[in-house]
Amino acid sequence: MNRKQLSFISRQAPYGNSRAASCLDMVLATAVFDQQVNYIFMDDGVYQLHKDQAPAAIHCKSVGAALPAMELYGIEKIFVDAESLAQRGLSTEALLPLQMQLCSSDEIRALLAQSDHVFTF
Amino acid sequence: MALHTINKSPQHAQLLSTCLRTLTAGDALLLLQDAVYAGIDSGGNAALFADLPVDVKLYVLHEDLLARGLEEKLLPHWERVDYAGFVELACQHPKTISWY
Repeated sequence: MNRKQLSFISRQAPYGNSRAASCLDMVLATAVFDQQVNYIFMDDGVYQLHKDQAPAAIHCKSVGAALPAMELYGIEKIFVDAESLAQRGLSTEALLPLQMQLCSSDEIRALLAQSDHVFTF
Repeated sequence: MALHTINKSPQHAQLLSTCLRTLTAGDALLLLQDAVYAGIDSGGNAALFADLPVDVKLYVLHEDLLARGLEEKLLPHWERVDYAGFVELACQHPKTISWY
């Protein structure tokens, strides 16, 4: 099977809807099938990376806590849109200690251009 | 050379601006469903699309335009395609990126 490059753009904040969790599931499933995955966080999706999430009282599982599991699936780093962080006044200090690459819009465009498939969540 | 599709009205401003930010030269953008409201002459719409990369083709799904009574209001830089044309576009582009 040819190895393909797939980009997943996660744009929603966690907990208000299930898109963040669905995207994570798709990313992990794709990695299990040994495809090259670019996990990209843009817009409100960067809020999934915020540290100190404690969603037990709203009966949700922490999205942030699930992200370190990606390493086990061979996903070494995530891509984070720098402009989305800036729009929200977030620095990397506010985020979880994950391996992440901050991307300019040019770099995001390059990731999408080199991908065989792109999915937005 | 991707075909981008978007189906929400421009009142979802962040969706539209993020989609536009990912366009590269040679891409195409197709407005579907409520997104056709971004193609009509209504105040700020023309400015939204002023700064695109060269050679980005702009399309609107004609059936959705007609459904909403907007035939006469489409701005001139948008090209109408019907459902068959939509299929053509999807076939011509190596990948489709749907924004929703």
